[in-house]
Amino acid sequence: MKIQVDSTKCQGYGLCEQIASALFVLDEFGYAATPGDGTVPPEQIEAAERAIAECPATAVRRVA
Amino acid sequence: MITETAAVRIRPLTGAPTRLLLPKEQYWEDLADYLPRGGYARTPDAEQIRELVRVANLRGRGGAGFPTAVKLASVAEAAGPRCVVANGEEGEPASIKDRYLLRRRPHLVLDGLLLAARAVNADHAYVYVSDDASAASMRVAIAQRRPSIPVRIVTVPAGYVAGEASAVVRAIDGGPAKPTAKPPHPYQQGVGGMPTLIQNVETLAHLALLVSHGAAAHLEHGTTECTGTFLLTLSRPGGPAILAEVPYGARLGDVVTEHLGPIEVSGVLMGGFAGGIFGPEALDLPLTHEDVRNAGGMLGCGAVILLGPEDCQVSAAADIAAYFDRENAGQCGACIKGTDAMARDLAALASGTAGPDDVARLERLSANLLRRGSCGLLDAACATAASLVRTNRPLVDAHLAAPCRRCADASSPPGETRFRINW
Repeated sequence: MKIQVDSTKCQGYGLCEQIASALFVLDEFGYAATPGDGTVPPEQIEAAERAIAECPATAVRRVA
Repeated sequence: MITETAAVRIRPLTGAPTRLLLPKEQYWEDLADYLPRGGYARTPDAEQIRELVRVANLRGRGGAGFPTAVKLASVAEAAGPRCVVANGEEGEPASIKDRYLLRRRPHLVLDGLLLAARAVNADHAYVYVSDDASAASMRVAIAQRRPSIPVRIVTVPAGYVAGEASAVVRAIDGGPAKPTAKPPHPYQQGVGGMPTLIQNVETLAHLALLVSHGAAAHLEHGTTECTGTFLLTLSRPGGPAILAEVPYGARLGDVVTEHLGPIEVSGVLMGGFAGGIFGPEALDLPLTHEDVRNAGGMLGCGAVILLGPEDCQVSAAADIAAYFDRENAGQCGACIKGTDAMARDLAALASGTAGPDDVARLERLSANLLRRGSCGLLDAACATAASLVRTNRPLVDAHLAAPCRRCADASSPPGETRFRINW
């Protein structure tokens, strides 16, 4: 599974980082990005799916 | 800023028959001028065109230098229908090569576009531009040639991001000329959801020459990795600007001396606004994508700006950062905030009012914001700031200690970059 933050949509709510802190890095303005290529380790899949569902801007998406 | 037409000089490759640039006397290449040069003459099939591109190792001329054969294969192998786009939206302010080709040699571009369409079995094509003169020129060429597939001209307002591939797709589909998140890439899902081949107009010009003159003629110039020639836009802020056809691998200093004589160079902006700011040692660089990248910059679309003894690298950086602050698409938070912050900090540095916190922020942002935008603009802004604070720290520190006379004397036209070539 690979996820990505669509930076054209991210509004800096930061919910993704609260839900799955290992999968997201916020910049100093509060906008999110996935480190590396967005690969999700098996034990993080559930958290990743919650982050996708919870983002108010629908900015987190699955790309693979 | 360069505004007089006379301040732009066109320099074809010496000792060669007409390649990319017309002989100086000729202003617009008519169909009757283009045909005797071998234009539209051969009709290779899709596989033959792709093989020719592979053998010639043609790489894109839009900035990324991506292998054209790989792009052609990706689109050709995807399920149809497919379309092709000639990308002539020259977003880089210090580049004029795409405009030149569209306005003076529209048949060369059209020939390449139709060959690209055949290479990927596309059934319609677009020409994407941001100035009326280019659109008008292409319209006449299309009317003269009457291609067998529909070719539609799409004109958008000019902008730095308007020529980015996903922005091209979005604009042709009726939206704003602003990037979208990838995947999907245009070659997978582009215009109208179709696999779309997007090629810079200079790349298409090279394709037309490959078909009319063969791979050997192309391979006579350049290096193994970067074959052939490219169009270099070489300029100084007060003029002149030179548009020259140059073999890849030529040493920048040699090209400068050939076209501008023994001028004093205090700095070099490689790859227009995207490659960062170098010192005069950049004159020793061979002009290839690999050599410039290994030196920490980028050759990009072949726009090189030379700074003279009266130009300070700090005010140059401030000018570029202000441009990115104005020109960004206004979509990605990191870019909106990041370009604003970097523009403020560099302006403060140039005006002698910056403190250590501002420099620390420039250093931090130029490293931490990389790849956080949906297109290359944020990375270009980071490269500008990084090249100053990381590779020229003594100059930066000197600006903290005291205001700089050269920076004070430098002036950008209000709301505009002084590096723009208006042509």
